[in-house]
Amino acid sequence: MSAHDSLRALDYDVLQQCMHCGMCLPTCPTYDATKLERNSPRGRISLMRSIADGRLEATRTFGEEMYFCLGCLACETACPAGVEYGHLFEVARAEVEKSGELDKPARSVIRGLLLRGLFTRPRLLRLVGRLLWLFQASGLQRLLRALKLTALLPKRYRDLESQAPAALAKFSCDLIRSVEKIGTPRYRVGLLTGCVQDIILSDVNRDTADVLLANGCEVHTPPVQNCCGSLHAHNGEIHSATDLARRLIDSFDLPKLDAIITNAAGCGSHLKTYGRLLADDPGYAAKAAEWSRKLKDIHEWLAEIGVRKPIDNRKSRIENKQVTYHEACHLCHGQKITRQPRDLLRAIPGLDLVELPESTWCCGSAGIYNITQPEMAAKLQERKMNHIRSTGAAVVAAANPGCHLQLVNGARRMDYAVEVRHPISLLAEAYRNEPARG
Amino acid sequence: MSPEFLLQLTRRLPDISYLREKEDLIPYSFDGTATYQVMPELVVFPTAVDQVVALVKLSAEFQVPIVTRGSGTGLSGGSLPVPGGVVLCLTRMNRILEVDAKNLTLTAEAGAVTLALAEAAEKAGLFYPPDPGSMKISTIGGNVAENSGGLRGLKYGVTRNYVMGLEVVLASGEVIFTGNKCVKDVAGYSLRDLFIGSEGTFGIITKVLLRLIPKPAARRTLLAIFDDMEKAAETVSAIVANGIIPCTLEFLDSVTINCVEDYAKVGLPREAAAILLMETDGHPASVAEEADQMVALATANGATSVKVAQTDAEAAALATARRAAFSALARVAPTTILEDATVPRSELARMIRFIQQTAVRHRLKVGTFGHMGDGNLHPTFLTNERNHEEMERVEIAMKEIFDYAVELGGTITGEHGVGVAKKEFLKGALEGANLELMRRMKQAFDPLGLLNPGKIFDP
Repeated sequence: MSAHDSLRALDYDVLQQCMHCGMCLPTCPTYDATKLERNSPRGRISLMRSIADGRLEATRTFGEEMYFCLGCLACETACPAGVEYGHLFEVARAEVEKSGELDKPARSVIRGLLLRGLFTRPRLLRLVGRLLWLFQASGLQRLLRALKLTALLPKRYRDLESQAPAALAKFSCDLIRSVEKIGTPRYRVGLLTGCVQDIILSDVNRDTADVLLANGCEVHTPPVQNCCGSLHAHNGEIHSATDLARRLIDSFDLPKLDAIITNAAGCGSHLKTYGRLLADDPGYAAKAAEWSRKLKDIHEWLAEIGVRKPIDNRKSRIENKQVTYHEACHLCHGQKITRQPRDLLRAIPGLDLVELPESTWCCGSAGIYNITQPEMAAKLQERKMNHIRSTGAAVVAAANPGCHLQLVNGARRMDYAVEVRHPISLLAEAYRNEPARG
Repeated sequence: MSPEFLLQLTRRLPDISYLREKEDLIPYSFDGTATYQVMPELVVFPTAVDQVVALVKLSAEFQVPIVTRGSGTGLSGGSLPVPGGVVLCLTRMNRILEVDAKNLTLTAEAGAVTLALAEAAEKAGLFYPPDPGSMKISTIGGNVAENSGGLRGLKYGVTRNYVMGLEVVLASGEVIFTGNKCVKDVAGYSLRDLFIGSEGTFGIITKVLLRLIPKPAARRTLLAIFDDMEKAAETVSAIVANGIIPCTLEFLDSVTINCVEDYAKVGLPREAAAILLMETDGHPASVAEEADQMVALATANGATSVKVAQTDAEAAALATARRAAFSALARVAPTTILEDATVPRSELARMIRFIQQTAVRHRLKVGTFGHMGDGNLHPTFLTNERNHEEMERVEIAMKEIFDYAVELGGTITGEHGVGVAKKEFLKGALEGANLELMRRMKQAFDPLGLLNPGKIFDP
């Protein structure tokens, strides 16, 4: 029994911090959908507290409730008392996994293969990415779809197949050298390339390196990086999460770097908790604390060092390109980063930032939530896409691979032409469009 | 709860949603009040008044108590379940039925969220002033039942001042509508006024008819800092004596100021004894004139600095400290007990000083902020409910504070209600035959004692 996977072993003050005032209710997407207290943050916390008090066991119903929660952390933003819901939620899910209440053969196999198998082995993951790319690039996917062979799959898997992301031909290590610099850099930073991001959005990683270079940073990018473990921590696999954290820390020469940069909101939010995650590990506690201190989301880092405004190239810039900004939950709620991405977008010449209604409301991606809870995820996706449509913007900027896929799939499902871009890619493009100097 | 009751419930109300499982009921075992928890046996979600009627009749037959609740944000345990009872949750009766721009009224079901009403009014260019702290999720039925206040009490009054009519299901199962859209109405007793603030003990409010007012055209925000609580109090007295009724007159004491600085770092001087957030609204010309006068009065009464917002963004910045006050305090300790002792405005400085001295005497951390304009203070106890020894000191300090408030001509609760949390202080707060008359009224409205029993006073 540890404080990472047992509500009873957890510091009770964290649970008690909830004063059940109800201010979280209107910001919770699941409470909004059902209007039932059990589906709200304070309702869930009351169940967790009951378990800690010994008045309730980690029942199947409790387990299902913990997996109905999106983990969007909108409640943390709304909470007047500063309850660390994200932490409680991770411990609760770990407790559920330990209880075995949700165990079913299929679930165990999938969790074993994906979470403990695939997502702990970066090279294997890349192999799968390469196969996916081959499948898509060879035309096999199109052929199967044209012949309607996918119709042979059960509906659930058919829906999943249609949502499968497009893999890119090159991984981050094919696009970014392990050390890059221009002139005399002001800072030396490490760049995280992610796992899913590395397969489907490696171009965003290249853009991130370019933007860092353009802002006086020497960029260190280890060619093989494992998953940060956020998927594991959010899904009750706390031991895999700690193992991955140690390995990732070891991939970087931490003392020599001013910052470790991530461009994926979901990863960043988790990466910043390494300090707590490894606090009890004598070999890693100090390193993990340093890691947490140096870990910066790219928007946060650029705001800190002062981003260089791209030079306006009137010849090539697109006049008044309307862009709206979707806030990834783990950026705005998980890391409280809201102003920086907007400032950065506004700095781009010719870009017209249109505010998105409910910009901080979850899009339904939520890690693997769109796979485990397809109905709720689809409702949130539709709500988000309708808001995006209402802005009339041609581009929606989003800084998280999960959101990115959810929006791309949403646009396809609703047959709505909107381009999904990472804010950093838009900035990188603006730098590339700058008039040649000298 | 007898199986027969449940059987009859499903037979007579086949369409009603209800909860019975432990995991579903635990989240309904409390409201926003610290330290109280009672498990309900059943939670039902009616969607129409006839379902409420059927449930009330059924409960009377089986002698099952009913606790009505909305979003469960109350701060005195008014919607805390009672043992063996059913919780009647009205959140699914949440329609806004009408905004009548000719008569300046709004009609809504009791489960409508306060903010939604305020927004509906604003859409029509009108204004619903009561703004309790929980308005983003609190329901109007709960606001009426508790007669909730808010930040605008001095100028605009409280919920009671905006209720024109109510639909109520009586303990007998009869449905009445009391009140109407007339500004003047003296036909018999004002039953409507009896239900306001009755905390669900007289009947079940299912629909409300509210008064709206035109939206003020302009507003100006000021922030004044003082090195002495007396000077802040003098400033407030001077403003009111000069015929100005600000729409906001909020203050923070030194403990709160320092907690705000720890949490939000808004740049307040840590040595300050008090800050006052002041707002005036109305016609642009009078707002400008009043703002100038308020600056002059604050300065004349010894404010160390006075800032006037020139833009909306600046106004929001000035209001940050007050907005962050409760959050800043709530983070300090695991248990936050928000009280609402209230005194006549003229006694504010004495009351605040007494609270501070009481906290020191009992070695407690208490931050005080609140509504200086209407004398409604929020001494906020920052403690830990598992520290029993400290909780005893909290109880003693609270009693001393309430006694002193009553001594100064004030009250034990300005806007949170009595519920269960203030029950034992009520007797000391009411003189003579007040309490006995209340008991007789309860008997008249609810002879079986099934509507929120044990709230306000023991049966």
